[in-house]
Amino acid sequence: MSFNVQAVRGQFPILSEIIDGRPVHYLDNGASAQTPLAVLDAVRTYETTGRANVLRGVHRLAERATDAYENARAEVAAFLGVGPMEIVFTGGCTAAINLVAYSYGSLLKPGDRILLSELEHHSNIVPWQMLRARAGIEIDMVPVTVDGRIDLEKLPGLLTPRTKLISLAHVSNVTGAVVDVGAVVAAARSVGAKVMLDGAQKAPHGPIDLPALGVDFYVFAGHKAYGPNGIGVLWARPELLDAMPPFMGGGSMIGRVTFAETTWAPPPRRFEAGTPPIGPAIGLGAACKWMRALDWTGAHAHEMTMVQHLMDGLQKIDGARIFGPAGLQNRYPVVSFMLDGVHPHDVAQTLDSFGVAVRAGHHCAQPLMDRFDLDGTTRVSMAPYNDGSDIDALLTGVRHAAKTLR
Amino acid sequence: MSDQLYQDRIVALAKAKTGAGKLESPTKSARRDNPLCGDRVTVDIRLDGQGKIAEIAHQVRGCLLCQASASALSSIAVGRDAAGIADIRHDAERAVGRETGEAREPFAAFAPVAAHKSRQECVLLPFEALKDALS
Repeated sequence: MSFNVQAVRGQFPILSEIIDGRPVHYLDNGASAQTPLAVLDAVRTYETTGRANVLRGVHRLAERATDAYENARAEVAAFLGVGPMEIVFTGGCTAAINLVAYSYGSLLKPGDRILLSELEHHSNIVPWQMLRARAGIEIDMVPVTVDGRIDLEKLPGLLTPRTKLISLAHVSNVTGAVVDVGAVVAAARSVGAKVMLDGAQKAPHGPIDLPALGVDFYVFAGHKAYGPNGIGVLWARPELLDAMPPFMGGGSMIGRVTFAETTWAPPPRRFEAGTPPIGPAIGLGAACKWMRALDWTGAHAHEMTMVQHLMDGLQKIDGARIFGPAGLQNRYPVVSFMLDGVHPHDVAQTLDSFGVAVRAGHHCAQPLMDRFDLDGTTRVSMAPYNDGSDIDALLTGVRHAAKTLR
Repeated sequence: MSDQLYQDRIVALAKAKTGAGKLESPTKSARRDNPLCGDRVTVDIRLDGQGKIAEIAHQVRGCLLCQASASALSSIAVGRDAAGIADIRHDAERAVGRETGEAREPFAAFAPVAAHKSRQECVLLPFEALKDALS
């Protein structure tokens, strides 16, 4: 049976909105995805029938809240194929990377090396630069190929016995290219390095089998994966979490506090100081459950059909060029392009007047833009609820920009 | 509506590219980046003995609004000093709705930007670069 896009669209109330007389063509999912009723309902249920703090109270609302919060952890764990106690809720994907940079980073020694790629989001560059300033570690960088992929042929030559961690985007937020995780893990093991993947752009495209990937850390954002804002996830191997000191101190993360000494709670609570984002975590749990129920074989085929439709359409527009993989293999539905003679912001602004939402600019990947001497790109990032009408509206807008702005 | 943003006058200012390029021997140069969108403006100026702009050139790596603003600014900058440039900045601020009052030409052309708060910095970035160059 073919993928039923209409049935999916019907679960996202915002997609039936009419704004300034135009339907919503939302193609900025890479920045933030929309939220289905299942998530909205879960958050509303918590807020209206179970709102209380977690892990502390003995009253019934507190027990309901704690159950819902821990169920959400179990849902996220199931989505990643791991155990619930290996899931740490954070304030977001950036917060999760910072947690690792601070906490795992505190175990590193001056001269230890971390390997990143040239296409990383700033959130997977800057925390490591801050660690470098703090702890004297060194940062190495894997270059990118002309079609916007991490150049894994260069990887072995960059590894040293001092390389402790390779931290890469699972899927590029600019080019949509997916990294060959098996090759990265094999290379890392050859020098005893750990591997972290930034899954911000991968998690929105279905469940992930972390044990099969063989990585050591995985992070993703709730709001890009159909969940609420203000919630993110860190997964790490249990032995790593056990070895890592806390990132922040406060309530919930302690074993016993005296003025002489404080002991830490075991993971994941050790890393969840203070009242966590309970409602957002519950919403993310619902989002993971929703994603697990979706037909991802059909959804991915549908997404790739849209990518092909987009590429075919752009090819017919004079001066439109794709930045990233030209084919459909080993990629996700994030497509960047340039329109010669028209700045990406002006393309995006024109598209807005056609009811089409996209992102334009450097996409928090300035080193990648510098490498290719780009002012920026216009980025189309799709979700399973998009359809051909979204791509058609986009192509109409790009043609209009090409005609009027150069 | 956004499709009214790129009115002919703004597009014409951008296409005119008044002052686009570099000066061979500038008295001063300054570069400003907008960290949010990545727009980048470099302004070269040659000053006369009284601190007034004798020659100006700009390089914009940015959007059409930024190009149009740099072009408009270059068209009226010569003969003005820092105070004179601060004075015409009010016209840009008025045009985009950040100050009350009527904007004089050529900045009156930027009135459509008032409805697009996220794009107003694009118009003001060349002023920031020129202010640095004059300081």
